Amino acid sequence: MANLDSLFHGFAVALTLQHVALMMIGVLLGILVGVLPGLGAPNGVTLLLPLTYTMDPVGAIILLTSMYWGALFGGSTTSILFNIPGEPSSVATTFDGHPMAKQGRAIQALSFAFLSAGFGAMVGVIVTTLLSGWVTSFALQFSSPEFFAVYFLAFASFVGLSGAQASKTIVSILLGFAFATVGMDTISGSLRLTFGFDELLRGISFLIVVIGLFGIGELLLTMEEGLKFEGVKAKVSLAGVMETLVRMPRYWVALVRGSLIGVWMGITPGGPTAASFMSYGLAKRFSRRREHFGTGEPEGVIAPETADHGAGTAAMLPMLALGIPGSATAAVMMGGLMIWGLNPGPMLFIERPDFVWGLIASMYIGNVVAVVLVLATVPLFASILRIPFAIIGPLIVVVCFIGAWTVGASKPDLWIALIFGVIGYVFKKLDYPIAPLVLALVLGDKAEDAFRQSMLMSQGSLNIFFSNPLVGTITTLAVILLTWPLWMSLIRRAHLLRITQPKVVE
Amino acid sequence: MIPKVIDAQRALRFAASAAMALVLGTAPAFAQAEWKPTKPVEFVGAAGAGGGTDIFARAVQLAIQNNKLIDQPILVSNKGGGSGAETFVYVKAAEGDGHKLAFGTSNLYTLPMVAKVAFKHTDFMPVAAMVFDEFILWTKGDAPYNDYKSFTAAAKAANGTFKMAGALSKDTDQTLTRLIEKDTGAKFVYIPFKSGGEASVQLTGGHVQSHVNNPSESLGHWKAGQLKALCVFSKERMAEGPKVTQTQGWSDIPTCKEQGAGIESYQMPRTVALPPGTPQAAVDFWAGVLKKVTETPEWKDYLTRTAQTGRFIAGNDFKAFIDEDEKRTRKVYEEEGWLVN
Repeated sequence: MANLDSLFHGFAVALTLQHVALMMIGVLLGILVGVLPGLGAPNGVTLLLPLTYTMDPVGAIILLTSMYWGALFGGSTTSILFNIPGEPSSVATTFDGHPMAKQGRAIQALSFAFLSAGFGAMVGVIVTTLLSGWVTSFALQFSSPEFFAVYFLAFASFVGLSGAQASKTIVSILLGFAFATVGMDTISGSLRLTFGFDELLRGISFLIVVIGLFGIGELLLTMEEGLKFEGVKAKVSLAGVMETLVRMPRYWVALVRGSLIGVWMGITPGGPTAASFMSYGLAKRFSRRREHFGTGEPEGVIAPETADHGAGTAAMLPMLALGIPGSATAAVMMGGLMIWGLNPGPMLFIERPDFVWGLIASMYIGNVVAVVLVLATVPLFASILRIPFAIIGPLIVVVCFIGAWTVGASKPDLWIALIFGVIGYVFKKLDYPIAPLVLALVLGDKAEDAFRQSMLMSQGSLNIFFSNPLVGTITTLAVILLTWPLWMSLIRRAHLLRITQPKVVE
Repeated sequence: MIPKVIDAQRALRFAASAAMALVLGTAPAFAQAEWKPTKPVEFVGAAGAGGGTDIFARAVQLAIQNNKLIDQPILVSNKGGGSGAETFVYVKAAEGDGHKLAFGTSNLYTLPMVAKVAFKHTDFMPVAAMVFDEFILWTKGDAPYNDYKSFTAAAKAANGTFKMAGALSKDTDQTLTRLIEKDTGAKFVYIPFKSGGEASVQLTGGHVQSHVNNPSESLGHWKAGQLKALCVFSKERMAEGPKVTQTQGWSDIPTCKEQGAGIESYQMPRTVALPPGTPQAAVDFWAGVLKKVTETPEWKDYLTRTAQTGRFIAGNDFKAFIDEDEKRTRKVYEEEGWLVN
């Protein structure tokens, strides 16, 4: 239990007055940047980075990671209240979180989100503490075929779930893939689908698409439907938060499943966004209340939130031990490490145990601080919904465009956001599901890179996806999940046969 | 008495206006000689956050901040889209503005050769190359090769199945891989990843046989003994320094040339450029500031930490360097069929 010893040493490092103060500041700033869509954790951390140059590395990383936790929580707030995901990883939270808010259950939705997020993060940190050595050697086994298999698994567990027609789902996915190919292609080094527009060089930013599809698209729809927003009638009190806390243990299956998926995706590292989609997909497939998903089912909030935060925290480990950032924010922090004179890698654990374990200890404390702080803000945020739509509507538009602007400080992004707003509106009107498009856009280019790298490695043979037990297992799982509806109908038919056969004999 | 006073006043007025005229008359010349940033400055890094270019820009920022070399605040931003093309398009659009600096590598002049982008390196006002990053031939820590010759011989015998990982496509890593192939007759499967860091992890996990990362990209893995540095592609060994692994420091890595490689040296400059039409005074101002940066302790620390070779080239020397390197690279690209411009 050398790890536990180191952890207690870490607590001694993290629990100084200065470090706890930095944690509080970080969390509060994080909630702020998380709530503003587009600004998000990566931008917030980038802005804060120069301030940390002169700080001691432990304090600096505590400040930055606390901001990250805060932003992850803040991102869920706007998903639930306005259907605008503040962070890419909170897209899946909108599916059930926003319907809950619309029905006047914003308090419950927010509390469920924050509590389950806190739970997921805790599981993530505990795994990090206990398994740090094993996790790094496990992560090293991942190469391009394994990555592709993980993305494929995420796809397979989510796709085929939407209630829409299969043909519409396919159209939505294909559009997502097409948007994902815009920009520079890593494998060939050439530009694709930019049509000579310099603005499209860096591809279509996922954040801007989400702001358009969800934020603006939703607003257009709300306006058409006659400005009704039932959140107005909700009663807002801290007691509601407590009630939710008591109801929480009832959802232990969703909590455990969500955190396991999150930790797995954080380590592999598929990332928090893929984790939250996958968790939502699996919850919808295997839950007893699956018909209620999409209409304001608490499980539909708990599943993605636990996975999102589980992955977010678990992703810190590959970053420290291998130097692979599991998320955009982790990439910025890695830059910070180099500036502070630290080198991410296996030796960091040996050379700077105070730093590594101070950080891990701060993840425990930071997440508790974050949960308490965000829960306290729930009544405040929920009462935003009481403001009449005529006032809050235009404000949301402004916030959306500010968000779209902060992503890359470029004007064409505003147009892209608007265009996707119209696309989102049209999609909803014609009953095309949006989620498959978003998933394809997020994972599309990563999955494509991994697939083409694998093909280079195997010189074109698909056998590489079954070439070792690890990748073989993941691929098989993905194929089973993808064809799940088929299996179910087969089983049902076999069942029917068995029931009908005796009758025939009789 | 009174006229005298008037005289004195007149004299004073004259003197004042003369001084004014002097000031006004020399003002343009003055402004030219003494350009100074008058608003916050933006350093734009032509790669994603956390990569070599980002750290380069931030190291310059740190040195300027700590030594108060300019009075305006500096903002570092990353525009890594399109393998860095985003940065150059952005800085090009800020025509004549001496407050936006593009931090890049040789991609300043190699990108326009391989991708249809809306800029040429001649659009920019080059300021300086501040540092040269080395390339090392790395294999897995427990691999059976000990030098350039034995490794490339094994690669040749493997008949085109050896995998070389690298960052991006048609960039420095792939170019160097082609040079090694031409030098030895070995054939590699080049597998492009998003960054050198990812390539390094792939080698550590044993999924590829080698890569040609910059020292800082594989430092962590080298320290832990997971990777082995076979040789460095430079004329001379790297600067002396403390031991990094248990037995070796950077200067203990032999040059590939020592080991009989036909590649004299292969290095990547880290460059700084200003938008088109920036006044010469601003270019000179920044060249001066960057020169001062290279004399700070922060900068020396950055060089040691990232094991790069400090070499400051500015002005006409830098332009000549770009022309020469551009021609040399163009030749390789032409042979590979990568050229689009």
